Amino acid sequence: MTEPVTFQIQRYRPEVEDEPTWESFGVPCRSEWMILDALNHIKDHVDGSLSYRWACRMGVCGSCGMLVNGEPVLTCATYVTSVLPGPVRVEPLRGFPVMRDLVSDISDFVRKLESVKPWIVRKSEKSLEEGEYLQTPREMGEYEQYSMCINCMLCYSACPIYELEPDFLGPAVIALAQRYNLDSRDEGSEERMDILSRQDGIWCCTFVGECSAVCPKNVDPAGAIQRLKVTSTVHAFKSLLMPWAGR
Amino acid sequence: MDTISHDILVVGGGGAGLRAAIAVSETNPGLSVGIVSKVYPMRSHTVVAEGGAAAVVKPEDSLEAHAYDTISGGDWLCDQDAVEAFVTEAPEEMIRLEHWGCPWSRQPDGHIAVRPFGGMKLERTWYAADKTGFHLLHTLYQTSLKYEGVRNYDEWFVTRLLVDEGRCRGLVAIELASGKPYAMVAGAVIMCTGGAGKVYPFTTNANIKTGDGMALAYRAGVPLKDMEFVQFHPTGLPFTGILITEAARAEGGWLLNKEGYRYLQDYDLGVPNPAPVKRSMELGPRDRLSQAFVKEMERGRTIETPHGHVVHLDIRHLGAKVIDTKLPFVRELCLKYENLDPVKELIPVRPVVHYMMGGVHTDMHGSTPLPGLYAAGEVACVNINGANRLGSNSLTELLVFGARAGRAAAEFVAPGAGSANGAVLAQALDEERRLKAALLDREGSRERVSGLRNEMQAAIDEGAGIYRTAEGLESAISTIQELQERYGDVALDDRSRTFNTELMASLELANLLDVAEAVLHSALSRTESRGAHQRTDHPEREDERLLSHSLAFWTEDDVPRIEYHPVTITRWPPGKRVYGEQAS
Repeated sequence: MTEPVTFQIQRYRPEVEDEPTWESFGVPCRSEWMILDALNHIKDHVDGSLSYRWACRMGVCGSCGMLVNGEPVLTCATYVTSVLPGPVRVEPLRGFPVMRDLVSDISDFVRKLESVKPWIVRKSEKSLEEGEYLQTPREMGEYEQYSMCINCMLCYSACPIYELEPDFLGPAVIALAQRYNLDSRDEGSEERMDILSRQDGIWCCTFVGECSAVCPKNVDPAGAIQRLKVTSTVHAFKSLLMPWAGR
Repeated sequence: MDTISHDILVVGGGGAGLRAAIAVSETNPGLSVGIVSKVYPMRSHTVVAEGGAAAVVKPEDSLEAHAYDTISGGDWLCDQDAVEAFVTEAPEEMIRLEHWGCPWSRQPDGHIAVRPFGGMKLERTWYAADKTGFHLLHTLYQTSLKYEGVRNYDEWFVTRLLVDEGRCRGLVAIELASGKPYAMVAGAVIMCTGGAGKVYPFTTNANIKTGDGMALAYRAGVPLKDMEFVQFHPTGLPFTGILITEAARAEGGWLLNKEGYRYLQDYDLGVPNPAPVKRSMELGPRDRLSQAFVKEMERGRTIETPHGHVVHLDIRHLGAKVIDTKLPFVRELCLKYENLDPVKELIPVRPVVHYMMGGVHTDMHGSTPLPGLYAAGEVACVNINGANRLGSNSLTELLVFGARAGRAAAEFVAPGAGSANGAVLAQALDEERRLKAALLDREGSRERVSGLRNEMQAAIDEGAGIYRTAEGLESAISTIQELQERYGDVALDDRSRTFNTELMASLELANLLDVAEAVLHSALSRTESRGAHQRTDHPEREDERLLSHSLAFWTEDDVPRIEYHPVTITRWPPGKRVYGEQAS
């Protein structure tokens, strides 16, 4: 690329300013660069105080999600050439408090993740000597897609409900709960359903579907939520009509 | 300065750290464990591991065979008692992970599936498609959340170990969100910070792999062992350094030079066969394959690109179905980062720094010579990897030795052991002053973190690459010494307390420089060629002199003291490494 690309980057330094501001940088980009490479160029050569998260640079650690021209993306997996001619606007993910520049506070997500018991729940555990639980490729296929979530937060940033209703468990957490519910080794779906059926659970979702549209790993959280709504309804009717039936 | 106490602190929330924390809780649920990690655990570098984890499962396989492959692959520098414990405990660790929900790939009947891997004589690599590390890490992280004794300190960066009366008593860590340093005291610390690939310019390693735990232990007086052994993986994508997993070759991929010729047949690695043959050709060990690349380049038979010389990895003949089932991530990475489809096109690859065989000196229980300090995973050197690690042994290693270190630490501490005494707190206050004076408050400095880092990476790449000489190593050593001095003049643009990534990068750079120093001096001192350490001025393996581990001890003047420590041989006397048809 012959001309430098203009990047307009949202800055926020809580010790010196009350509101985020914008700063422009002209970056001499190369055609093989991702947005993250341009940010690294600024940090290394122009302004070492620019703050953002990144680690693997191969789209699997989930650290580097930001808004680029208003869209939530992984900056390590978005070519600069795909957003030209610029200016390229880079902001922290929408829906989260901003800590500093492009760094958002995701601690709320981690608390919600824990709340849905994202682990195998068993009434009785098999001993190691008895070997593995058998699980056919078809059984694995039931939950495999939902196990691909890298916790990058793009779906939260795209979700209009999460922005308005901060208590909403949100797409990735519900998809993860469904990942365990659908695992043939798990026996915890009843316990999880109690959490998921609460007011801040699956019923918050109005099926906008933006979460699935922005997911870089095709997890389809919107699909997980719809499936859970059906299960939850059946479950509710059953306990209403057949209160004597064992749960 | 505020103080936080735990019975045990684990530094690093990757595979080894999480496994260790769970082991502590399972050994003694009454113990409180703090996991201190500079990133959220699911960001840890374990997440990128692709191919799989080795453990004997097939009836025709045996623990002896896994041990022999590991020991010969490591050019006889492995401690054989540790390897025996490793291969013995590997299968139960894999099963345990299955019980915790890891989506291991399956056979049609529901049993675990295994695939072949480089340097392994039989199929024994468990895999979750080609995202094994990702699934392993997320399974461990999610499972760790159910243990009430485990508390996470996410995005906290450790700057120093606290040592008093010959025992490790805790550490100082900065909470990145607030910039506040804390004294964290504990009865034991388990170091699980992973490797140090960022010492080099071209690496598969994430930006966070800066040798932090190695440097912390080194400066606390614990030697770094076998640091000269750095693994170059033969198949990285040019420019990005993204790894194309060895599983691509295990499933039948070929390495081709610019004439489309399977050149490995010219390097004593066997004869080409259309289907993969174990311990042969493309399924040879990583050190030998990376060395063959250099020779092939010297013969003018590689392909020149703007990002250096490459050869081609050809998986087209596997077909879309096999690629999408067994290597979906390879296809995803090639499409995303190289704009090519490996179903139809050749993948350009070149050797790339991947793994540190060396690390913090531990015994087979993860104990270091400093009582109260343990280490496991890539940061540690037990040593089961010897002079060259076999692919798919590292994920297994972090499980087996993460668990061992966790159990050993749990047995070492008495509940409530993490209480502060005056001397320990004084050290922590010293550290707080150092951080402020040396970095945040310094005026009139000139050096940029990125400038020094680039010079360091260029120097070590030149001096301690796939082939080394005394002259090249000495030149790199003098550059690193100069950089160590210039580091004293490093300037920060960022004086903020809130999430100061530049302050963290400058502390990481100090760690990298110390690791570089240990690598170079250990490499200069080892005047032989063994595994991944190839000296063109000393081309033979010399068991009589150097069948021993190097130990690099930190000294005040940036020149480590190198000592040697015997290798434990139990049942496999040193022999010749044979690959190709002679092997079978």
